[in-house]
Amino acid sequence: MDIGILAQQLFNGLMLGVIYAMIAVGFSLFFGVLDVIKFSHGDVVTVGAFSSLGAAGIAGGLVALPPVLALASGIAAAVAIGALAGVIIGRVLVLPLRHAPGVNVLLATLMAGTVLREAIRLGVPNGGNPKPFPALLPGGAIKAGSFSVGIDSVMILAAGLLLVLGTHLLITRTRFGLAIRAVAQDGEVARLSGIDFHAVVLGTFALGSALAAFAGCMLGLYYREINFNMGVLLGIIGFASAVVGGLGSMLGPIIGGFLFAGVQTLVVVALPISSAYKDVIAFAVIIILIAIFPTGLIAERRSERV
Amino acid sequence: MSSIPSPIPVLSPLRMQRHPRAVVVLTVALLFAGGGLMMHAESQIQVLGLLAAFLAVFAIADRTPLGQDVSAICSDYSGFANAVAFVCALGLIVVFHGEHYTLLMLATVALFSTACIALNLQLAFAGIANFAGAAFFVLGSYTAAVMTAYAGIPHLMILVVSGIVTGAIGVILLLPVLRTRGHYAALVTIAFGLLLRSLLEVNDTLGGPQGMKIKGFSIFGLDFNRISSIGPWDVSFYLPYAVLSICIFAVAFTLIRRIERSWIGIALDTVRSDETAASVFGLSIARWKVVAFLIGNAVIGVAGAVYGMMNGFVTPNGSGLGDSLLMLSIIVLGGLGNFWGAVVAAMVILVIPEKLQAIQEFRLLIFALLVLGILLFRPSGILPRPIRDLSRFIGRPGADA
Repeated sequence: MDIGILAQQLFNGLMLGVIYAMIAVGFSLFFGVLDVIKFSHGDVVTVGAFSSLGAAGIAGGLVALPPVLALASGIAAAVAIGALAGVIIGRVLVLPLRHAPGVNVLLATLMAGTVLREAIRLGVPNGGNPKPFPALLPGGAIKAGSFSVGIDSVMILAAGLLLVLGTHLLITRTRFGLAIRAVAQDGEVARLSGIDFHAVVLGTFALGSALAAFAGCMLGLYYREINFNMGVLLGIIGFASAVVGGLGSMLGPIIGGFLFAGVQTLVVVALPISSAYKDVIAFAVIIILIAIFPTGLIAERRSERV
Repeated sequence: MSSIPSPIPVLSPLRMQRHPRAVVVLTVALLFAGGGLMMHAESQIQVLGLLAAFLAVFAIADRTPLGQDVSAICSDYSGFANAVAFVCALGLIVVFHGEHYTLLMLATVALFSTACIALNLQLAFAGIANFAGAAFFVLGSYTAAVMTAYAGIPHLMILVVSGIVTGAIGVILLLPVLRTRGHYAALVTIAFGLLLRSLLEVNDTLGGPQGMKIKGFSIFGLDFNRISSIGPWDVSFYLPYAVLSICIFAVAFTLIRRIERSWIGIALDTVRSDETAASVFGLSIARWKVVAFLIGNAVIGVAGAVYGMMNGFVTPNGSGLGDSLLMLSIIVLGGLGNFWGAVVAAMVILVIPEKLQAIQEFRLLIFALLVLGILLFRPSGILPRPIRDLSRFIGRPGADA
């Protein structure tokens, strides 16, 4: 195979990987602080994509701002509304249900995702159909032989990597990160040492959901099209990445995200059959990986009290 | 049972205790009459009225001493009540013998209820969250489609094969989960549902997005799709399917109720509520989870096979996460572990959107909000599963049925 096309596929894989990683980090954060899986996470991605579309559309269309400002308002709207959605779900559903059986939380968050999804489908005009996303990033492409990537894609990739790195620094280097890690270690002891438990938990939900919403905005910029039900698959992929990488660690979900994207890209490149099988094979690989590494590639460090 | 004097003289508790079976027959017949009317009702006003009546009945059964006495009698004579219910369901078929649509509804509710009590076995008893119920249902239909098209085996055997195939696939799926703890079963089943749906959509041998045709059910040379009259009566060709569906429901109900009431059920309860304690007492967690998952999926597969044969076709459409969530909302609304609750919820969730065209579009949103409300404010469902009470075996031997 041509080296250029291979490099191009590799680049696509990296693009997807950083988006998956951003979603997966959220799962890992929520699981860390509360031991819950928030399955509405994928639909928060969609919420982010649609809010940025709305804000960018209003800023670019009605007020006629230059693309840079439209983009900025789109990203700001995605992050703000995504974080708000995360805090509301955390406050209304997850915190009250945290002592209920795990299945109840799971079902509740899945249903919350359904509510978000259906609200977008019914609330956005013509919401059941795919929506075109405006091209807000500069055009043009970097070419080298048969290798060619758009400048917009490079910018998206760079932004994603920076954000993931920034989140990592936030968790490991700041006081807020220290509080998150303390709550994740032991909520009761964290409370005794003067940490505001609720604020930390809700802050984590805001952080993870803002990341997911930003990923939704990036997806819109990359594919130029968004859809009300794109979150289902993305949520599952994000959760699968987090589980395979290792729930409860920070590096795990990032590795998992790139791994999942790698498998998908590899299927497209290596197999002559229709690329429609890429999800089928990627999920099969996930199921097999869970069988081999039950606690993820980076195992969670915890002991069980018997 | 309480013996608080009731202000209503005709149905005073003493009277009811003297004729408990009459009370059971009356109650069950009344509920089924309401259900039948609901499936038959044409106008939206009627449907809303019946819905209100049902809510009132539940409120009475839940809140008033009279209602509590009646429901206590019904659960004391549960075996008899179930038998009466079976007869009443057959009675509904006789009443609606010529009406295609009502019978189709009846059979659909029976088959979905079958799938939902199987999900109850998995979720409420064994504690395995199966988010691919609809996928296994559709898988049963596809098995029936492939079998009727390519293999000349009797159709009753095809139902068995569908059950074996879905059960086996379920167990293969569960194997990775058994090495883990917590929410991994959820992930694996959701991933399986998405995987199956994409596979069915891109696979041309299974018909792609258009799906497959399925030949109708036939038994002992009797083709269900050709039946148009029995003796002097003209009947709908859905009638034999309705009878078959209700029989399958009855078999599944009896089977899973027996499992619940046996030592297997006790083992499942223990495994669900405390894995560590269960393994301390020597119970194999993996074995009991596999048993529950296997039986549950096999039952779902059989129900799916009958559903596919009744409709004559199957498409990948019904296998998505949305439909699996619909099944789970049925069992949550009905009360985890409560079989008749699941039937009532299945009727409400499947029939109401068909009858009230206005909410068809908002169906998923309404159900999602409803389930959220129940999880937050009444976590054990509308009709909670009664706590297992073994003390009555000491007090009244043989009272359980």
